[in-house]
Amino acid sequence: MTTTIEKTKTDSITNTTLFPSSQVMLDLKKLKKVYPTPKGDYVVLEDLNLQIRKEEFVTIIGHSGCGKTTMLSMIAGLNAISGGNISVLGKHIKGPGPDRGVIFQSPSLMPWMTSLQNVLLGVNQVFPHATKSQRNDIAKYYLQKVGLEDAFNKKASELSQGMQQRVGIARAFAIKPKVLLLDEPFGMLDSLTRGELQDILIEIWNKEKITAVMITHDVDEAIFLADRVVMMTSGPKAKIGDILNIDFERPRTRKTVLEHEDYYKYRKHLIDFLEH
Amino acid sequence: MKQSITLGKVTKFMGLGFLSTLKDLFTGKLDKEDFKNFLRKVFVPLASILLFIGLWHVGSKYLYNREADFKIEKALTDQGPAAAEAMRECIASGDISCQPNTLPSPSQVWDSYKSLLRDHNIISADKAAFIEKTATLNAKRIAEGKAPITYTGRPSFIDQIIMSLKTVFAGFLLALIIAVPIGVLIGLSPTLKSAFNWFVQIFKPVSPVVWYLLVFMIVKTILIDSNGDSSFIISFISVGLCSMWATLVNTAMGVSSVDKDYINVAKVLKLGPFQKVFKVILPSSLPLIFTGLKITLSVAWMVLIAIELLAQSPGLGLFVWEEFQNGANDSNSKIIVAMFVIGIIGFLLDRIMLTIQNAVSFNKNDGI
Repeated sequence: MTTTIEKTKTDSITNTTLFPSSQVMLDLKKLKKVYPTPKGDYVVLEDLNLQIRKEEFVTIIGHSGCGKTTMLSMIAGLNAISGGNISVLGKHIKGPGPDRGVIFQSPSLMPWMTSLQNVLLGVNQVFPHATKSQRNDIAKYYLQKVGLEDAFNKKASELSQGMQQRVGIARAFAIKPKVLLLDEPFGMLDSLTRGELQDILIEIWNKEKITAVMITHDVDEAIFLADRVVMMTSGPKAKIGDILNIDFERPRTRKTVLEHEDYYKYRKHLIDFLEH
Repeated sequence: MKQSITLGKVTKFMGLGFLSTLKDLFTGKLDKEDFKNFLRKVFVPLASILLFIGLWHVGSKYLYNREADFKIEKALTDQGPAAAEAMRECIASGDISCQPNTLPSPSQVWDSYKSLLRDHNIISADKAAFIEKTATLNAKRIAEGKAPITYTGRPSFIDQIIMSLKTVFAGFLLALIIAVPIGVLIGLSPTLKSAFNWFVQIFKPVSPVVWYLLVFMIVKTILIDSNGDSSFIISFISVGLCSMWATLVNTAMGVSSVDKDYINVAKVLKLGPFQKVFKVILPSSLPLIFTGLKITLSVAWMVLIAIELLAQSPGLGLFVWEEFQNGANDSNSKIIVAMFVIGIIGFLLDRIMLTIQNAVSFNKNDGI
């Protein structure tokens, strides 16, 4: 009885959120992920449909181990697709590429390079025809944007975790991707630094409007950053459980969001889903 | 941004931290905690060195007496009481002809060390004189297109140390040139790994002696036309082949175990293979490569002695062997001098490698 209700619910979500194809940036269709194990196949994701519009910021929330990260790394092209497909602007993806920038959970900077060199690593790759000084300017611009104008020539290993993640943000934006994928980028930071980095992220994003998909465990973070919050059901065979539209105006500040009358309504909705 | 280089930084960097503690002692900058540290870092090693020399002294004295008693006993049974008495007197008088041949005492070794240095001074003076004497003649010979006359006298102990160092560096470079690229290739490609693995596993444990013989067989035939001395070539190639395995295995391991995050970054940025290897994989495996190179250098130095001995290539190994064959009165103590020199140079080589490793690696290891 309950399962049929669930089924109609998810069906209605995937059907009602079909956008005109000209608006769609990222399209996941009947996505499936299977890990073979000695005891038989383990199905992580099944029949997962999700469309993300251009210039949209979507956060994904769900219990640990439900397959959020698997889904994101499949979009990034780092994890093979077992069934269905993923397309960016109507074109199926084949492996990883700089059109989908990734900000990883750990900063993943090359510790032997300076912060500038780390950003340049991507910039050189994406703008091979630009002159050296142009590429330097691009890298420096984004490092300034994340507040690291004094740390261009610092080795990544000398930076704090928070500063390293700032470089990670600069690196991802500097390659001007079509889609930005963020895998719990602030999960390893303390709450103060986390707030700071959320502000920096949303400030750059307001300027660049790059379609963003971000995984998070933090309900407040999910609401503050997103246009839509996607809730995933628990695995195995995880799929989209529910989608919540966040109708706050942009640009947002933390204060106005927290004081908004709908804030606790959204928050309750998400927590109800997670505790379900 | 210029960093000031202080003695403290340099010594700590080289893993010789006790030197700066020693400096603090003389400049009066030690408080109580530092003093404890000083005791541990300077006093304890010094005490253990003294203990070592003391035990050595006592041990060598015991061995000396045992050998002397045996000699006298033997004279008694072979030639009768008169001969035994003569032998006892001869040993007591310190006459060179009848000294017991056994482990030399520390003071004998020290004397030999000084005599080796004296010997070196004599030989270098001799060499300088020879060069001066033949300068005009050689200039003429070169002008006429003939080969200059070179000094062909006996090499001094110091000359032999230098030759050994040359051999070991040539061998080390050979190991580096062979092992690092192959290690990188094996680490990158599982196919190449399975192609090479049997090779590595079988040849890694082969003894230096066998490597020498193998190299000898090959090089001898290749250089059959040249009438020069091939012993240096044979010995450095053998040293390189013996010692390269640690670097090969460590490099392969370092390259194949690069942090997955870095590889993902390289994938997302679509770095080309060249960039991926030189900007991501090699820098991140440098610490392991250098660990391998450090082992390689110490193995090279260790097997060098045996190989020089076999190859009759001039150097410390040959020195030890010749002294042993020579059987002169101070031969044993000269061998012990060579042993200490070998040990100390090995230690310094290790420190040098550690310093280079610290300079190029992103995560700093403390010296052990």
